[in-house]
Amino acid sequence: MSTTPLEAGIIPLVDAAPLIIAREIGFAEEEGLDLRLHRAPSWSSLRDMLALGQIDAAHMLSAMPVAMALGLGGFAERIDVLSVLSVNGNVIGCSLDLAARMRAAGYGFDFVDATAAGRALIAAAGDTPRIGVPFPFSMHAELLYHWLGALGVQAPQALRVVTVPPPLMAQAMAAGEIDAFCVGAPWGSTAVEDGVGELLLPTTAIRAFAPEKVLAVRHTWAEAEPDLTRRLMRAVWRAGRWLDQEDNCLTASEILARPDYLNVSSEVVERSLTGRLVISPRGDLRSVPNYLVFFRGAAAYPWRSQAALMAHSLAARSGLDRAAAVKAARSIFRTDLYRQNLRDLGAEMPGATDKVEGAMRDPTAVASEAGHLILEPDAFFDGFIFDPTGDE
Amino acid sequence: MANRLSIVVVEADRERARSIVDSLRDAGDFDISVISEVTGLARHVSNRDPDVVLVDMTSPSRDSIEELTLASGPLERPVAMFVDRSDDGLTKAAIEAGVSAYVVDGLRPDRIKPIMDAAIARFHMFHRIRLELETTKRALEERKVIDRAKGLLMKARGIDEDAAYALLRKTAMDQGRKVVDVAEALVTAAGLLS
Repeated sequence: MSTTPLEAGIIPLVDAAPLIIAREIGFAEEEGLDLRLHRAPSWSSLRDMLALGQIDAAHMLSAMPVAMALGLGGFAERIDVLSVLSVNGNVIGCSLDLAARMRAAGYGFDFVDATAAGRALIAAAGDTPRIGVPFPFSMHAELLYHWLGALGVQAPQALRVVTVPPPLMAQAMAAGEIDAFCVGAPWGSTAVEDGVGELLLPTTAIRAFAPEKVLAVRHTWAEAEPDLTRRLMRAVWRAGRWLDQEDNCLTASEILARPDYLNVSSEVVERSLTGRLVISPRGDLRSVPNYLVFFRGAAAYPWRSQAALMAHSLAARSGLDRAAAVKAARSIFRTDLYRQNLRDLGAEMPGATDKVEGAMRDPTAVASEAGHLILEPDAFFDGFIFDPTGDE
Repeated sequence: MANRLSIVVVEADRERARSIVDSLRDAGDFDISVISEVTGLARHVSNRDPDVVLVDMTSPSRDSIEELTLASGPLERPVAMFVDRSDDGLTKAAIEAGVSAYVVDGLRPDRIKPIMDAAIARFHMFHRIRLELETTKRALEERKVIDRAKGLLMKARGIDEDAAYALLRKTAMDQGRKVVDVAEALVTAAGLLS
């Protein structure tokens, strides 16, 4: 079968899995695509490659296209989000020194309670904790500002959120540049294995269902190539469904671990895929429900409310007009293309384009076209609720 | 003088850094400094408060510079990635060469052009050298494997070097494979059997 080449960029992370699996298990080929994956050295390089047309699709931090729509950082090119590649998958860790101080102050490291963890961290780290994130526009940064902001830290002034590329996070911690970090798999586990830090919380403890990476393309490309767009979306969506099956976990780990992708041990990848994390150098193990979600609960659906919430917070921190930011961000999350291109594959189609973010503490049945869609809990630790239709 | 542009070059490799600095000096009168540390990069850069930052795109540390695009204090000068909006040519050329530039707000594009041109030319050269080095290394490795395979054939079948090579080449052609692949298979097999 002849296939059409499609160049896509990824950062070597566990959550690039839907693109890697779409290629390696053959979903792309079945859609007539020769999906060629290019590893980018940094998020900014990946963004530039996409904006300038060296690649046509990218594995992107969910907040990146939103920031671009708001005119923050880099190119003014409009980037559209076709689907969500992954939900959650991050952990917060702190230096051994900080962990020791927190423990001395009586904190129990339960890996569950975000309020207790945040208060202990603030008490032990002083007025301006320095926390490393992979990129200034990222769910990592969003979650930190929300978490510590809700606990009384004056964000953004009193919080030093520092950008550190994940492979250098352990080094920055060892050098005393940062007190804590928020990072995706497998880098949190790596810091523990290197003996420089301990894990404090999975970010699910802060927000139960946070869109982490998205499938991003240039708006002009999606408009000019509707057929390729459709085939790409279908291949990636089917890869997500495949990844959601527990039986495939071992195979997925082996593929992702390969030198041309993540180049780490398959055991480390498997831990991230199953949500069983080693949280301290002593080997304490914790199991985290919904640690990394690719598919269930309509995870791939690009809820416009998710874009709106990110735009709302970014605009507030950068001094931009909130209503205009929300409007710009909503339009790039292409729920329309999702419906159009994935309906006949049997994808669960939510009835709405938005949901009230943070309203569900338990799995909840919602209106959908086929009538049996159950969404996963999406609550924030502090009971925060974002209603995209509400007044500013 | 106040008008002299200050440039920070972010480059961990000393040799490369020197070569970039030299070519920038040829391009004009600039105040140039080099940062080779990757930890605390954004802090080091903002301490020097440069007009232009040049950074290798293949370095993961580039993301740290992006942080400076979010000026948080009123006294901080906002920095933006250099994008030539009148004509994407220069930006595209820079990114293809593997260098990106961050400039402070309000700097005129014509003042940046000589810097970009010099940096682009230099990074193109790095790229070419790296490619040549890789090609040479690969060719050398292939040659070593083929030599060992020839040696094995000569010993096992009592033939001379030319005949051994001819046999390798014929096998490769018959199987539609590369000579080096056949040689490698032979060397591996011999290793297993010995």
